[in-house]
Amino acid sequence: MSKLPLVKLVNIHKWFGRVCALEGVDLSADYNEIVGLVGDNGAGKSTLIKILSGVYPPDKGEIRWEGQKINFSSPKNAIELGIETIHQEAALVNRMNIMRNIFIGREPVIRFGPVGWLNVKKMARESMKALQGVALHLRSPEALVEELSGGQRQGVAIARAMYFKTKLLLLDEPTNNLSVKESKRILRFVTELKNQGISSVFITHNLYHVYPIADKIIVLSHGKKVGEFKKEETSIDNLTELITLK
Amino acid sequence: MLGAAILVFYMISPPFLSMGNIQIILQIAPELGILVTGVTLLMISGEFDLSVGSVFALCPIINIMLISSGWNVCLSAISALIACCGIGALNAAVTLKLRIPSFITTLGAMMIWRGVVLLITGGWPFPFLEKAISLKELLVGEAGLIRLSLIWYGIIVLVFWIILERSRFGNWIFAVGGNPRGARSLGVNPDMVKAVNFVIASFLAGLSGLIQAYRLEAFLPSAGVGLELDAIASSVIGGASLAGGVGTVIGSVTGSFLIRIIDNGLVLAGAPGYWFRVFVGIVLVIALTLNRIIETKVHKMR
Repeated sequence: MSKLPLVKLVNIHKWFGRVCALEGVDLSADYNEIVGLVGDNGAGKSTLIKILSGVYPPDKGEIRWEGQKINFSSPKNAIELGIETIHQEAALVNRMNIMRNIFIGREPVIRFGPVGWLNVKKMARESMKALQGVALHLRSPEALVEELSGGQRQGVAIARAMYFKTKLLLLDEPTNNLSVKESKRILRFVTELKNQGISSVFITHNLYHVYPIADKIIVLSHGKKVGEFKKEETSIDNLTELITLK
Repeated sequence: MLGAAILVFYMISPPFLSMGNIQIILQIAPELGILVTGVTLLMISGEFDLSVGSVFALCPIINIMLISSGWNVCLSAISALIACCGIGALNAAVTLKLRIPSFITTLGAMMIWRGVVLLITGGWPFPFLEKAISLKELLVGEAGLIRLSLIWYGIIVLVFWIILERSRFGNWIFAVGGNPRGARSLGVNPDMVKAVNFVIASFLAGLSGLIQAYRLEAFLPSAGVGLELDAIASSVIGGASLAGGVGTVIGSVTGSFLIRIIDNGLVLAGAPGYWFRVFVGIVLVIALTLNRIIETKVHKMR
């Protein structure tokens, strides 16, 4: 693997009006690495993820992707590079079916000159394939997403990321509101992705979820980075103390 | 529900299903239906347009004024429709740039454009001009038992069905209406999708207005008053959700036909005209209740 990290954020600042959400935060993720990003509510975790996924630009600092300095102007740029985000409420549309969800924004079409006819057959076939890739066996790609359980929804979102050859997956509190069993399933997905060469940044305030699977853990507090550890160098107790320290 | 309404009206008044009356329904239904197609699309993407009734009146009046000032008939119709697109774009700009709910923006637009219509006409209808006969033939010319407007409606339904169900843009409409933030994070621009739908809604409202004006050969400043609510009712009866993200083109067709059939059936049954609103109201509530019951049943079955 290359020596350069997959992605590197350097000295990121972000203000909202007069509130400083991030103050000089650095973060890097290597190839085949799961980075845990932890911190209490309001620590700036979600803001950092939004910067990395192209939702807002940083006010100061730079983003390097595979060694190249980049500027995002929209989430679309981030997706094109191979950065996919999975939110708490997964970016799924409940009233749409699974295959339509998987292909939002990247629908396959059959071209007739300027007109593109949605290739529904391909969508059905490919989405079943993608779901099998995350060992999710669903009845039909035409089932509505609202009929799925929380864990299955996250599975669909992760299947989407895998299908589109994402390089970096940003998981924003993916285990919130999930049962223990379903949370475990998500953690298994993330580890499985790592085996397939997809790195993740896993954001959570639940250390018991991220600690077992992470290679590296970064702690944010009040918009600043207060710690970065290889997993072997720390323990859950250490981290808890750091997070709750005011 | 459409079937039930037809049956009830047939029982009350058998001429309801006479050839002549079916012909009448097929003449008037496209004038609501074309407009409802646009309103439905916009509603699926999560926005309203209350100004469609005013645009419905304004478009034919712009058209006939341009014709009477010596413009080419066809060119003036196209210009009037482009003006409608402009109104839609304005609705979109105010709603999406200033983040004002479209309910308010288009309520304002409804009053403004109705006011403009009254100002231009002084409240008097514009007379039909013989030189515009070619346009009349094109829009509502008789073709056997039906008028051309029904054919136009058929084409519009087909085109918009394809757009909604079989195009990338259609997938974005559902995504934007169902989960705007999710859609944005997947690289779909919700404002772009909504803006296009605002323009489509105004355009189709203008086209409906032209069709009615040419059928009646009268350019009425009062045309389309209250039509925005009939349109929303049609969409909702056809299964669209006020919250966005749900709806179909075919549903909007049944919804519009149902409303026109109630209108027509009540007249034949000899009920005073005032009953129309009462019945539309009742049907609307029944349709929503039925939808809800069916949804719950389906959920239980799983």
